[in-house]
Amino acid sequence: MICRIEIKDKDGIFDAAGHGVLRDIADMGVASVVDVRVVQVFILEGDFSLPDADRIARELLVDPVAQDYRITGKPVAEPFVVSSAVRSRVAEVAYNPGVMDPVETTTLKGIADMRVAGIKSVRTARQFVIGGTVSDKEFELIKDKALMNKLIQHAVKDPADSFRTVVLDRVTKAVPAVAVVPLKGLSAKKLTALAACGQLYLNANEMKAIQAHFDGKGRAPTDIELETIAQTWSEHCHHKTFRGDIRYTVKHKGKAKTELIQNLLKNTIVKATTTLNKSWCVSVFHDNAGIVKFDNEYNMCFKAETHNHPSALEPFGGANTGVGGVIRDILGTGLGAKPVCNTDIFCFAPPDFPADKLPAGVLHPKRVMKGVVSGVRDYGNKMGIPTVNGAVCFHEHFVGNPLVFCGTIGLIPKGKDKKAARKGDLVVVAGGRTGRDGIHGATFSSGELTHESEVVSSGAVQIGNPIEEKKVLDVLMQARDQGLFTALTDCGAGGLSSAVGEMGEVLGARVDLDKVPLKYQGLHYTEIWISESQERMVMAVSPSKIATLKALFASENVELAVIGTYTGTGRLELYYHAVRVCDLDMSFMHGGIPKIAKEAVWAEPRHKEPKFACPADLLPKLEEVLADYNVCSKEAIIRRYDHEVQGGSVVKPLVGPACDGPSDASVIRPRLDSKKGIAVSNGINPRFGLIDPYWMAGSVIDEAIRQIVAVGGDIPTIAILDNFCWGNPDKPDRLGGLVRAAKGCHDFAVAYATPFISGKDSFYNEYTDKGRSIAIPGTLLISAMAIVSDVAKAVTMDFKKAGSLIYAVGKTYDELGGSVYFKTFGALGNAVPQVRPAEALAAYTALAGAIRRGLVLAAHDCSEGGLAVALAEMAFAGGFGANAILGAVPFEGTARRDDTVLFSESNSRFLVEVDPSRQKAFAQAMAGVPVGLIGRVQQAPELFVYGLKDNLCLKAKVHALKETWKKPLQF
Amino acid sequence: MPQKVRVLVLRTAGTNCNVETAFAFTHGGAVVDEVHLERVFAGEVKLADYHILALPGGFSYGDDIASGRIFANELRLRLGKDIARFIDDKKLIIGICNGFQILVKAGILPGPFAPEASGQQTVTLTNNDSGKFEDRWTYLKVEGHSVWTRGLKDVIYIPVAHGEGKFIPANDQLMKALAANGQVAFRYVCADGARGGYPHNPNGAVDDVAGITDATGRILGLMPHPERHFHFTQHPFWTRLKAEGGHDRAALGDGAQIFANGINYVKENLL
Repeated sequence: MICRIEIKDKDGIFDAAGHGVLRDIADMGVASVVDVRVVQVFILEGDFSLPDADRIARELLVDPVAQDYRITGKPVAEPFVVSSAVRSRVAEVAYNPGVMDPVETTTLKGIADMRVAGIKSVRTARQFVIGGTVSDKEFELIKDKALMNKLIQHAVKDPADSFRTVVLDRVTKAVPAVAVVPLKGLSAKKLTALAACGQLYLNANEMKAIQAHFDGKGRAPTDIELETIAQTWSEHCHHKTFRGDIRYTVKHKGKAKTELIQNLLKNTIVKATTTLNKSWCVSVFHDNAGIVKFDNEYNMCFKAETHNHPSALEPFGGANTGVGGVIRDILGTGLGAKPVCNTDIFCFAPPDFPADKLPAGVLHPKRVMKGVVSGVRDYGNKMGIPTVNGAVCFHEHFVGNPLVFCGTIGLIPKGKDKKAARKGDLVVVAGGRTGRDGIHGATFSSGELTHESEVVSSGAVQIGNPIEEKKVLDVLMQARDQGLFTALTDCGAGGLSSAVGEMGEVLGARVDLDKVPLKYQGLHYTEIWISESQERMVMAVSPSKIATLKALFASENVELAVIGTYTGTGRLELYYHAVRVCDLDMSFMHGGIPKIAKEAVWAEPRHKEPKFACPADLLPKLEEVLADYNVCSKEAIIRRYDHEVQGGSVVKPLVGPACDGPSDASVIRPRLDSKKGIAVSNGINPRFGLIDPYWMAGSVIDEAIRQIVAVGGDIPTIAILDNFCWGNPDKPDRLGGLVRAAKGCHDFAVAYATPFISGKDSFYNEYTDKGRSIAIPGTLLISAMAIVSDVAKAVTMDFKKAGSLIYAVGKTYDELGGSVYFKTFGALGNAVPQVRPAEALAAYTALAGAIRRGLVLAAHDCSEGGLAVALAEMAFAGGFGANAILGAVPFEGTARRDDTVLFSESNSRFLVEVDPSRQKAFAQAMAGVPVGLIGRVQQAPELFVYGLKDNLCLKAKVHALKETWKKPLQF
Repeated sequence: MPQKVRVLVLRTAGTNCNVETAFAFTHGGAVVDEVHLERVFAGEVKLADYHILALPGGFSYGDDIASGRIFANELRLRLGKDIARFIDDKKLIIGICNGFQILVKAGILPGPFAPEASGQQTVTLTNNDSGKFEDRWTYLKVEGHSVWTRGLKDVIYIPVAHGEGKFIPANDQLMKALAANGQVAFRYVCADGARGGYPHNPNGAVDDVAGITDATGRILGLMPHPERHFHFTQHPFWTRLKAEGGHDRAALGDGAQIFANGINYVKENLL
């Protein structure tokens, strides 16, 4: 029989889910809806009795205190909840056939626990009763945009659907014949067309290389061989832009100078690390994550990834699996690391972006933001990994391509950092099952998005199940400690194709694709091979250890399957039901890609320089800057993340007595029995890059470092990561900016002696609408981590005491280019902040010494909004007032004005609070560093800032400033 | 050799606060085993060998269907007799966050627990009024007469991190009875101990209830995480307190006493 169990909140119980949907609908600009109620639906199918169903409802599905239910065996016209509104419409949303809903699996487990037999399947759905006078058009919009994700869900049209058995389409038991793709004699044009039609994203040169390779073998490639090469050679997996040749031309004052760069990565990022040659770098650039020394027993590793394209199409799922993916990177680093914290950085278009100006096929940035935050919250919280650090940037040009950076730090025992599969080891896949989700993710992210992406690439969206990954984590750490595998990696972009391809790069491997556990039958062998289904890890296991490994995984209900062998033949051989479908040379896969020479051009842009007199009263400007989306409080986001799980929290993202001050870096204590900590921070500023990507690179490296310094991190232990998100690198102007940023990375990493230990790039962040291409501002994220040798000496940014002295550390320059202050005048300007590493490093070292000696009560870095914002934030975070004299701020330059001193975003600066009793010691500690005693902390919560002519240029109530700063981003 | 206090920290798919919960007990000198539920089902580990059962926070089975539901059913249906015996033996149980949700949904809290009776759940923990998961610090007024709360200050400061923490009793009489019996262990309050609305009460819990015990006070469930205020440096503004003086770096946080109480009770009564 089939029966339908409907569950609603009892009268008088607040329907939180319905209320949330109501808010989402209001955000979409639909004002006619007055209330929303939600009914949870479970559809049971099998051989059971009605009393069985009733018991399942009562004991498993329904909360007896808060909910009511009804069971039906056929469609009932009356909905189970009645809207309070006069008119209402009902929509029911169910998962598409074949999409894995974790709730269904859990429900089946719950039923098994109850020893009720005969239930064959469980389906879930949600019914929404939308109250209000809603037009047909509005109703369709609400369904499409607020109630479901069309990629995985659908609106139920016929109520009788509940009572029909679901038959998966495309289910076929027959073994498909091996398909070959003839390439012989095809022209470059035809080859390109073939690549495009198969979503391979390979260019003509690459297709020609493949053609030549198979011509030499005297046969045509099979479909799966072509797919495998496309995955391996994709920008996502191979980093063709960074590793290829670039002809880089600098145009300056009518002259052009060209240089050939062979392998940009090696000549900039990697070169910096090689030059620095730090003894504490354990493993850099060749594993999933960079590994550096932590203490005598553990090393720590760090990786940051992007998941931009999937998040543009489906914000929740995209961000969700972005977090899941980077966590798996850490799980698969060396022989397995334990994740200890996450960091998540986003770039969106402003949430108040006019809805009527949205390009076709693009989701509204507010919806993107809510979805992304929820996706990160869901995965991070459920994995039990604290999300301790992040940033959110806003710019109109992120409208078609939001950026979602996910980073994870892990701890790994010493001696577990090396891995190598051995000949004869078994290929083992563990964790989640393989389905049709996430097909073509790696290649899809190697092309630009269009309004058709939502339809064409729908398969590229993966669906996350964090609990599955948590199970894998739990059991994997035990297997690692027992030495049950020789090599390990995650299944990420490219799926098994990439994972097995990488692990078997030297040895070669044979895989029987029909041995891979599937979510449902009917997958083509190519789909099995390239699917990016989540929560899977691949191991190399000695045959002598396989029984122990299997038993261990089974003991915690984690599925594992032996799917092949590392052969030692140097070939990749794939079989499907004993038929060979692929036979590729590993050497061709990994070495056969033709080098491409891309053109890059850099010409310094000239932006309009705003001209205006310094306002006499700077309070309105400070308010405007504080309320800017880039500056304002991100508390609404931070609170949704569990930032304290694992119990190691020391400096939280929110600090001060009201727990709402914006911390610089965060500090965690990853081993609860040790006083040693890790500080984690990030630097990002796309606006600087619009002026000059070189100085953007310098600035964001400096920002990440100075935040570490501000909380008391050890400077000589700082390791950094690069994440480049750029537009289409085949366009010379985009690539020119990238080269400049990469050069900046090299120069400043060397200057600060902070090695890069890992990195990642994401290109083609462009959106084509009506023939016009919108590129994102080239964006570089620098993530940093460092050791804090004694967490009890960490410092936070909130003012601590009335009467304390306030020092400005580091020089302010006339550098308002790219500042938030200029943005309030609608300008970008040209004087982008520069970096003077020698000066800065001297100041950092001195300040770190003062912090270590306990001379500093509070320290805050000056970044977006400059000194003015730093001062306001320190005051309202601590609940104190302050006075400050701008004349005492160390300044260099000719255009010295009150607003320049207050709002310039010069790098390498801090405001520091010092107890008057420590004045002398602090001055000694800072000897030789530009420092100015600019004022005092006041008990009365008011801010008084005196200008260069002793004029009172800013007077404000601290609480009012805080409100201004807290208000913009509440959702 | 003196007998040791033995603590069983039970975990399953999605449990994620087991390490720090175990640490809190280990720090107090207890012998702590973190054990997967399947090993208890398999009979490899016996509940009877322990004095304290701790159900840590997390998202057991993803909180699919409802928070703690599956784990609760497993305790009731597959380990019911062992749990009943454990309670009869005057042993201690603590459920934190997801652990509290599990205890409530299994009918172990507010109790009395009767494993064979189905549908005996009389209170619930459901969606926060904000409709959101929230991580924030809360002040808790300590009430009741539980062994777990002995010697605590009147108001303690501990964080919550949950999306389904709103306490609702089946009816008003039950709420009154719980208060009258001293079964309300913690209520969300303001810093000064006065009752306040959101966000002081972060989830809309009826009568600001943050934690309850059974009638004996030996079984405690609470939404806030005492293991997250174990070290002084977990306090959200410990740097401020340090600057104001009187900070002893060896000092422990407000939550530490709860774990010490459990260990002391066992030493005094069960060893």
